[in-house]
Amino acid sequence: MKKANVYVTLRESVIDPQGTAAINVLHAKGHDNVKDVRIGKYIELTIEDTGQDLDTAVREMCEKLFVNTNVEDYRYEVLEVEEA
Amino acid sequence: MKFAVIQFPGSSCDLDLYHAVKDVLGEEAEYVHHHETDLSGYDAILLPGGASYGDAVRAGALARTTPVMEAIIRAAEEGKPVLGVGNGFQILTEAGLLPGAFLKNRDQKFICRTVKVQVVNNRTPFTSEYTEGEELNIPIAHGEGNFYCDEETYVQLKENNQIVFVYSDGNPDGSVGDIAGLVSEKGNVLGMMPHPERAAESILGSEDGLNVFKSIVNEWRESHANQA
Repeated sequence: MKKANVYVTLRESVIDPQGTAAINVLHAKGHDNVKDVRIGKYIELTIEDTGQDLDTAVREMCEKLFVNTNVEDYRYEVLEVEEA
Repeated sequence: MKFAVIQFPGSSCDLDLYHAVKDVLGEEAEYVHHHETDLSGYDAILLPGGASYGDAVRAGALARTTPVMEAIIRAAEEGKPVLGVGNGFQILTEAGLLPGAFLKNRDQKFICRTVKVQVVNNRTPFTSEYTEGEELNIPIAHGEGNFYCDEETYVQLKENNQIVFVYSDGNPDGSVGDIAGLVSEKGNVLGMMPHPERAAESILGSEDGLNVFKSIVNEWRESHANQA
């Protein structure tokens, strides 16, 4: 089995309404040294290893479903996982 | 004239749209399931608001993968009027029929109230019954209505007169350029966040949205009178 961990965040150029709300709270709580908060999504995919090109498959899944590339960026890592 | 009102799992304004065109305007309308692949029997396509698939992944992201979307894209290519309201607008951007994307509202809150909306372009099949600059009272009801597009796209939208409605008394959600509704480059696909079907009868507090549907009907009648 393989596992793909996908991280989706808003593109740098896009104001993150959740991050903006969160940083205001952090500053109110005294965490003045926090300069930026970007809130995103984390997706775990468990994939049967059939020898196919996982990079192509994961990229396709991201761009056709998980990520709206108009506003979001993503990165991912593919890991080996032990069979249970 | 026959309208298709598309029903996705989680659509909730489908009955309101149906009521506006069928009961208020007296046109033909049918509900169409999201697995339908043939829309050739309909003259106009309406995508309702609500929260298709519970807004899972992103608002509209799963609805755009349903079989009916291919038929909607074909109808749009054929030049049929396609109107998406609220979640319907989000689905149209996800499907690539309209540019841009939606973010959570600037202030994080779901907003449900009547707002002022100005008609910027009345030369579309959806707004011909309005006058340019006319100000309307139409409710919005959305949590992810913060329209975003990059600067280049915004300049293009302005140059092509694709911006049809703007918020005119404060920007409720943070949308770029106060955009409340826009059309495709060809002009036959409109997405709008305000809900005209919720402002289609005086008993609802406003009739200002009804002209969206009247425009569609009148434009269709005129183009078919020419063909006959």
